[in-house]
Parts: sequence; C-alpha cells; structure tokens
Amino acid sequence: MEDLMTTLKGQIIEQLNLEDVAVADIGNDDLLFGGELDLDSIDALELIVLLEKQHGVKVENPKEGKEIFKSIRTLAEFISKHQN
Amino acid sequence: MSNNQQKIVITGIGTFSSIGKNVEETLKNLIAGNAGIGKMEHLDSVYKDEIPVAEIKMTNEELRAVCGHSEAHTLTRAALIGLIGAKEALEDSGIDLDDGLRTGFVSSNSVGGMDQTEMVYLNYFKENPDVTFLDSNDCGAGTEKIADCLGIKDYVTTISTACSSAANAIMLGARLIRNGVLDRVLVGGADCLTKFTLNGFNTLMILDREPCRPMDDTRKGLNLGEGAGYLVIESENAASGKHIYCELTGYCNTNDAFHQTASSPEGDGAYNAMKNALAMSGLKPAQIDYINVHGTGTANNDLSEGRAITRLFEGNIPRLSSTKSYTGHTLAAAGGLEAVFSVLAIQENVIFPNLRFKNRISELTIEPVTQLVEEAGINHVLSNSFGFGGNNSTVIFSKVN
Amino acid sequence: MAVYIKGIGNISPQHTFDNDSFLDDFIEYEEKFLLATEPNYKDFLPAKSRRRMSKIVKMGVTAALHSLKDAGIETPDAIITGTGLGCLKDTEKFMTAIINDKEKFLTPISFIQSTHNTVGGTIAIMLKCYGYNFTYVHRGFSFESALMDGFMMTNENESGNYLIGGVDEMTENFYKTRRLLGRFKDEEVKNTELNSYKIPGNIPGEGASFFVLSNDKTTGKTYGSLDAMTTFYRPKDNTAVEKEITAFLERNNLTLEDIDCVVLGNSGDKENDEVFLHLQEHYFQKQIQTYFKHLCGEYYTASGFGFWQAVKIASTQRVPDSIRLNEIDRPIKKVLMYNHYNKVNHSLILVSHVGV
Repeated sequence: MEDLMTTLKGQIIEQLNLEDVAVADIGNDDLLFGGELDLDSIDALELIVLLEKQHGVKVENPKEGKEIFKSIRTLAEFISKHQN
Repeated sequence: MSNNQQKIVITGIGTFSSIGKNVEETLKNLIAGNAGIGKMEHLDSVYKDEIPVAEIKMTNEELRAVCGHSEAHTLTRAALIGLIGAKEALEDSGIDLDDGLRTGFVSSNSVGGMDQTEMVYLNYFKENPDVTFLDSNDCGAGTEKIADCLGIKDYVTTISTACSSAANAIMLGARLIRNGVLDRVLVGGADCLTKFTLNGFNTLMILDREPCRPMDDTRKGLNLGEGAGYLVIESENAASGKHIYCELTGYCNTNDAFHQTASSPEGDGAYNAMKNALAMSGLKPAQIDYINVHGTGTANNDLSEGRAITRLFEGNIPRLSSTKSYTGHTLAAAGGLEAVFSVLAIQENVIFPNLRFKNRISELTIEPVTQLVEEAGINHVLSNSFGFGGNNSTVIFSKVN
Repeated sequence: MAVYIKGIGNISPQHTFDNDSFLDDFIEYEEKFLLATEPNYKDFLPAKSRRRMSKIVKMGVTAALHSLKDAGIETPDAIITGTGLGCLKDTEKFMTAIINDKEKFLTPISFIQSTHNTVGGTIAIMLKCYGYNFTYVHRGFSFESALMDGFMMTNENESGNYLIGGVDEMTENFYKTRRLLGRFKDEEVKNTELNSYKIPGNIPGEGASFFVLSNDKTTGKTYGSLDAMTTFYRPKDNTAVEKEITAFLERNNLTLEDIDCVVLGNSGDKENDEVFLHLQEHYFQKQIQTYFKHLCGEYYTASGFGFWQAVKIASTQRVPDSIRLNEIDRPIKKVLMYNHYNKVNHSLILVSHVGV
C-alpha cells in the first residue's frame, strides 16, 4: 500500500504538471481537492484517466469520484479493491 | 468615424445542417419537429455505436458535387459545409459584388480543417505524402477558400471564440458597417464533426449517450452536430429597396472570467451579455418575445443560463427554447444557425419547440416551449451563444415595421 | 478621435521585453527556425495557473500583463487577441494522442487548452476582466483584425483602455510538416543573412506582441499614435499594391512625402519578397527603410512585431543599425508599416510620433 501511494504521488505530479511539488510534500491523508494542492474538476477528469490507463481501474460515475479522490490513501484503497 | 445609430438589417440567410440542406428544408423540419440527431455514419470514430451526433448525411464527395466549384476538391468538410451555407445567404440577398459597394466576409470555425488533418497527419512524416490538405488545418484557410469561391475580397477575417464564435462574427460585421469600413457583410460560421472535438468533449464527460435534453432536469450533456449558418447584414442605405428580413438591434459580448470551460453558477457573464444587448437595442426585458437559448444540455450551462434569464427577466420570462434539440451543438456554427432560426421565428411568426423536454430543472422555475407556437406575435428575439474561455454573446433581432 | 499606444509587451527571439531599450543588442541565430527568448514566467504567473499553460499561453499572457503594467492599467475594457495557429502544441498533443491511442485514455487538459481563445480567456480569468473578449484566427490578418477591432473600439467609445495583441508559437512538428510546402528554408541559415536569398523559403519564428490602446493622451506614457490602418486581400501584382498604398495615404490626406520611415516585411524568400524589393527600389525612395523578420522570423502574427518596431521608431525617433535597409536619414514623425503573408494577406499601419 505504501509503495502504491508513493507511485500515485509521482504519477499525479507528472500528469497534472505540479512543477513546485515533490512526492514528499504530499501526505497520504492530505485533501487533494480543497486542501494545499487545491485541485479542481478538470484535474479530477485527468485522475479518472490516470486510474484507468496506469492502474486498469475505471471510475464509471464522476459523482462517486468525490469519495475516491479525497486523498492519496482513498485512491490507493480504491485501486487495490478493484484491481483484484 | 463610427455611427452607432446606423441601422443594420438582414437581407439574406443560409443554413446547412443535419435538419436541412437549405433554409426551406430546415424550416420545414423545424416546424415538423424533426431532429437531426442519430447514429454516426460518416465520422469514422470508435464511438460510432455509442455516441449519437447530428450529422449531415453526405460524404465529402457528395458535398463536393453539391458545391460544384472547380476548387471543391481542395476544400475540407467544414469549408464545404460553410461554402454551401454561405452561398445560399449571399444569393438570397441578391447582392451584386461588382456594384461598387464594399462587401466583407467574417466567418468563424473552431478547428479549421482538422477533419482532414486528423486522418492524414502521420503521413506527413512519411515519404512523399499527399499535401493537398496540408495548408488547410488553420481556421483562416477555410474562410479564404469560401471567400475565393464566392468572390468576396474587400475584407476577410475569421473569429474563433469556441461556441460563441458565429454570434461574434455577426457583431463584428455590424461594427465594420457602423465604422464605415464596409457596406455589407456575409457573417456566420461553419464547423464539421471531427474526432478531435468528439473526443475532446468526451474527455469532459459532457456528451449525452441519448439524444440531448436541453433545459430538462434529467439532461446528461450535449450532442455534437455539424453545420453552417450565415446571414447577409447591410447598412440600411446599402439595403435600400431590397427585401429585409429584420433588423439587428442589439448585441454584446462579455466575459464570465470564472473558469476556462464552466459557466459561473449564477451566469454573470450571460446576464451581462443579455443586459447590455438589451440596452443597445433600447428594449425593455418585457419586450422580448422569444429567447433562443444557448441551451446545450449540459448540467452546468442550462442551470447557469436559466438563472441568468430568471434574474434579468424577473416576472416576465419570455418564451424560450433550445434548437440544439434539433441540430445538436454545432460549436462555431451554432450562433449562425440559431441567428437564422431567430430570423425565421420573426419572419414566420412562430416559436420552434424545445424537443424532448419533460421535467423542469429542479433549481429553476422556468420551462421551455414544447409545442410549435404559431401566430406567436414575435417582434423581438434574443439569441444566446456561450463558449469556452468564459465567452458570452447575445444578439437581438427585431421585426421591421 | 486619436488612438494612442499606452503600453507595450513584446516577447520575441530578440531581447524586446525591456521597454526602456530598443534593440540595443542583436541576437544572431543560425537555426532552421527562431524561438522566443522567454522571460522567467515565475515572475509573472502563479504556479497554479502556470501548470496547464503551453508556451503560447505563457508568452501571450505574460506579454499582455507586461503591456498593461507598462500602461499603468489593472483591468482593460476589452481583450482582443490575434493568433494564426492558436494553441498549436496542445492541438498537436491531443490530436496525436487520439491517433496513437485510438481514441482511448484521453485527458481533457490539452483539449481545453487547445481552444483558439485560450490566451484571451486566460487573461480575462486572471484579471477578472468581464469586458469584450474576441480572438481572431485569420492567417496573416490575425493581428491586423485584432488591431483593427481595438482601433474601431477606441473610436466608438469616449474612454477606455483596450488590450490588443498577436501571438503564435512554433513547434518542431509544425516545421517538419509545413516545410513540405516549400515555404521554409531547408537548412540552418544566419538570420543576419536573411536578405542574401541563397536558399529559397523564409525563416519561421514565433512571438507575442501586446499593446494597450486608448484615446487618453495625457495619463501615463504615450509611445505614439495609431493614425490609420487597412488590410487588403490578394492584390494582383506590384502595381496593385502601389495603388493600395497611394489610396491609403490619400484617404488619410497624406502624400508619400509625409512618410519618414517604412517598416517592411521582407521574409528571406525571394519570390515572397519581390514586392518589397520593388517598393524599396521604386516607391519608398526617399524614406528610411527598415525590416524586421530577421529579428522575429516569419509567422502569421509577425506583423505584431512589425507594429512594435514602427511604434518604437516613432517613439524614440531613432533607427537602430540592425534594422536598416538603406542609408537615408531624416527626422522621424510618421512611420508606415507594410507587411504581407504569403502574398495573400497584406496590411498597412500608420504610426506617428507624439510630442509632449
């Protein structure tokens, strides 16, 4: 789980081009939306594709994304739950 | 010097879309309630069976045959559709391009010749590629091809402000006349379906998998369409003695300055565009008889636009409908097509229904017209066109007595 | 009503960002195409907005903000942008992704950012500017259409500050594909040798040139006045161009004698430049002649750079050696820019020195 969370942080930084952010800057439970990172709805769409392309899991309903995209931990949990 | 008092009149109209190859056929389908939305047949996309579109049911070769111009083989799909629509408007106006008056062409599109480029792009990196369409990808390319086919040369330009583009072309045309640069201008826009736009809107998750339901509580997004809508606008002097459809009495472009793709929750940009266009026309909100709304069918647009209308028109909400329920969203052509529909509403004294409406949007108190209204008493029509980049445009057409 | 130029922001392959200097140094290139010398964007754009911006958006927005600051204005009354190709890099990115991934796994940012009015829309969002916002996308008329619109707008309104500009970006793939049309030089050439015509084709380039227009002469700086402008489309031959210029001067109650300096759009392509060479020899015989595309390269909105050069000449009443085409000297009051793109889109812009 720790490894997955670190991988996710790197992928998010790259996908969203977060120039001034390092993997170590993102806490596992930090809010992705509305927190320090302050991501928005367009970023959410990018994350949906990231999950599908890099991890093979699909978010069917954008509305359920809210809970999944809360933090790195919730994202990782969603991935491990759906990959199997 | 500019003369803001100078009357601008409409003397020609032309349309080409999924609901008709010309104005006559389009009007017939608008009145009969026949939508052009259905299965994708010509655009070669993996979403063929999944995403409905409002397509013109002709191949590029068939379009070239309709054009009948010697240069037609060098035109991309958007330019072909544009030429057919623009030519109808020009011929309808009866303009003689050699009579000494100055004529311009202001056209709009969103992705130029992308329909060809996305098919052949990789070939350009191989040996001896076919370069017929290499210089056709930019937005200005199609405008020049159309202008050359029609013989217009006094002023030529292209506007691209996403989905408000053609309304802005109308506005610029009026200002070029009022500033004494031109006497009359062929204005409007054209766009065709491309994989580029289809996939773009698909990534935004705002494409309905069913025929769209604008202004409805259960709306799930828009359907993309293709088409062209053009008008000939002239100074009152230039149009002297000619058949006049109606007058362009107000227009305004504002910016929502809120988000690159979304409208502000209260529709501030839309509100300001409508308010300022009304002020220019000298009309009170209660004098507007019909609003052709932008009404794309997305959750965000219809709510935001609805709120702006509710706020501006208070207790006097005009009858309204989204004709995108017929034509889909034709992007940079939408403002042109819907301007022609507005002109037709005045000319025929009718209101075209908002198809497939069932449930009022829960946050709003307004509802669109769902049946054709005849003898509708139309004197003033307001048409909205909004686009990415917070771009909000309103034009107002008025009956000439 | 007179129209004044109140602020400037110019990002180009030369050092043009500092408004207090005027081509004090000259960057020599030996490249297939010229790329802009960019300012440090971190000084102008917050990280949050910067992360989605491609080069064209960064260049355009920064040049625009710089011109507003120069004019001492926070929010303009209109934002009018011209761009021949729009957000080329993001367009290529999204299109290539569609082709390579067969319409799967696509993300929205490059699509959103590829929209032609992204520069104008982004400026509006950053400045909370609710006013008129237009984007012109017509090849070699893109900048001219924006300038013309700003010019009309200044004439239509009693007061107001109008931001207008042109911007285009160059990409490796654009060079690779469009060179098939034979318009670009096929090998590296020194930009100082633009006029040697050893190889056919021009040297493509890029840049962002923004200006603030107003009819207020007294507040803040005034670089000069924009007196008149026109565009013309597909003139038949050199004589037709001469006729257009003469008619333009006549409409503005001027004779050729009144023009002190000309800014010409020589691009390094002999066939394309024939009309400039003709005018240099037979028409503008008594004028100081200058050129600019060895500085910025050829692109759809290069006339934005040409306009910048005309404004700087009118403002400083000085002609740096690096842009001179002849040895004539005379006091400078009126500067005329004449440019064309690919012999199709022609423009004339007249700028005057404004005394204090």
